[in-house]
Amino acid sequence: MAALSRTDVEHVAFLARLGLTDEELSLLEGQLNHILDQYRVLSELDTESIPPTAQVIGVENILRDDVAETSLTPDEALAGAPERQDDYFVVPVVVEGAD
Amino acid sequence: MTDRRLTRLLAREMAHGLRAGEFSARELVEAHLDLVHATDRGLHAWLFLDEEAARAAADLADARLADARREGSAALDALPLLLGVPLGLKDLVVTRGQTSTAGSRILEGFVGPFDATIAARIREAGAVVLGKTNMDEFAMGSSTEHSAWGPTANPWNLGRVPGGSSGGSAAAVAAYQVPLAIGTDTGGSIRQPAALCGVAGIKPTYGRVSRYGIVAFASSLDQVGPLARDARDLAALLQVIAGRDVRDSTSSPVPVPDYLASLPEGDDEAAAALRGLRLGLPREYFGAGMEPGVEARVREAAAALESAGAEIVDVSLPHTEYGLATYYLIAPAEASANLARYDGIRFGHSSRQGDVLANYLATRGTGFGPEVKRRIVLGTYALSAGYYDAYYVKAQKARTLIKADFDAAFERVDALVAPTSPTVAFPLGARTQDPVAMYLSDTCTLPVNVAGLPGLSVPCGLSDGLPVGLQIIGPAWDEAGILRIARAYEAITADAGWRRLDPADLPALDDPKTPAPGLPAGTAV
Repeated sequence: MAALSRTDVEHVAFLARLGLTDEELSLLEGQLNHILDQYRVLSELDTESIPPTAQVIGVENILRDDVAETSLTPDEALAGAPERQDDYFVVPVVVEGAD
Repeated sequence: MTDRRLTRLLAREMAHGLRAGEFSARELVEAHLDLVHATDRGLHAWLFLDEEAARAAADLADARLADARREGSAALDALPLLLGVPLGLKDLVVTRGQTSTAGSRILEGFVGPFDATIAARIREAGAVVLGKTNMDEFAMGSSTEHSAWGPTANPWNLGRVPGGSSGGSAAAVAAYQVPLAIGTDTGGSIRQPAALCGVAGIKPTYGRVSRYGIVAFASSLDQVGPLARDARDLAALLQVIAGRDVRDSTSSPVPVPDYLASLPEGDDEAAAALRGLRLGLPREYFGAGMEPGVEARVREAAAALESAGAEIVDVSLPHTEYGLATYYLIAPAEASANLARYDGIRFGHSSRQGDVLANYLATRGTGFGPEVKRRIVLGTYALSAGYYDAYYVKAQKARTLIKADFDAAFERVDALVAPTSPTVAFPLGARTQDPVAMYLSDTCTLPVNVAGLPGLSVPCGLSDGLPVGLQIIGPAWDEAGILRIARAYEAITADAGWRRLDPADLPALDDPKTPAPGLPAGTAV
């Protein structure tokens, strides 16, 4: 398990869509490597024949009845939106030149 | 009865007094609101109060009580148990028309468009919600110092943390501001603050309580549960919130028993539940980093259970040492996916600058606090191409082994008893500089979440004048069993001197000159 470089931290922060300052990136580089050191202990475990566990209670595919219910009104759904136009969320420009 | 005396009652004593007409729900809510106003400057357990809604709910409870009283005792008995009883919700329980920030700036000003299922059930049960309690941001922390709105203090020592992430709920219950509160527990966030504040708290089995409307942290680990001042009050609130919810596909159809019915009133009868019971003492839970005073209290508690008739068995959970790494891979990985929804477009904080990508970066970079950013980066890394097998899948395999340890132990014993936290409440600021030191706060609780099991914490005495918690862990779905053991432990220690001690800093909280809790100068979070 390799150490994280400053470039790695920047790359992962970008993948996570987190805009971080230089100070934050420097601090994170040290802290994340210290945390990753704690994970080394797992490499002692022989897990070759061990299946992974994603959930523990054995409940599978419980679906509710396919019945229409009263849902939020557009006003309720949009009440927390930073910006709305009519009954829509306003999304900032995605593609240059589009309007 | 004076106002302050009302706040000292247990929830079921309040319920009894309301039915007997000794006081009204309105008097009860005013007494608690007065106490919150008088003491919360120094405690900072609350982020939001809705006094108008609380008074309206209390008046409605009084009207229902008056109707029932006219109809007779059968009608009074048929009223829901928690009718008129004040309660706090952790700030990540979404309620319609009220704010929920989950302790984060990214949800500053967010007003819920609907009720969480548990909030609706609590309202149907007639309980009176005062407001929302402080917490570590997105429940990521063990001290409540990661709240964007400032830390909560511990009523036993205002210079110490209350634990976390449900620190506001635990401190409020300990300081008599409410008899009951809701918390959530992903790696110990109900049990550890309950232990550090000297109150009781239970994390139910994964799937026992609906998470619909609860702000998500790590979806294969999160559970909702109550905090209270004893086992029977825990049972009363758990009864209200437990059970299948069609809106949460991970909530289980396993039938919910009558929890209170199996918890006797009489101490002798309660203690009798211990006879013939086999309780395991997992040796790995008494490892390095455990304070001698904590170990002494927990071993004394085990000895008391033994002299009351339980058989104490030494057991081993050999993969315990892998719990921390397993948890701190799975939880951040799931969190990094869950927190992708904070996009600055649909709700919550938005920087409103640049194109969609610039807006994501700015909104999330300024909206999330340091611990949340740390875990998002960690989780994203653990899930990223090239590292997924080495970290995330490896942790999921270790999870299989940790769960198998518990399965093997429960072949031999009815429940496990262990420390809840390796230490008593630590000073504010002591662990904020070192994330790993903070993570170690939860070594005794997080394997229980990894395995999905029910666990609770009840007070078992003091060390250095600060509360110690006894953790009781049961097989899946056996909340009733661990509550019975907790009730029995309360019965056999009913005369213990420490049970009569109040949190030492309650008088300081009453002093208007006591400052709001803060981190020592020079410590950043």
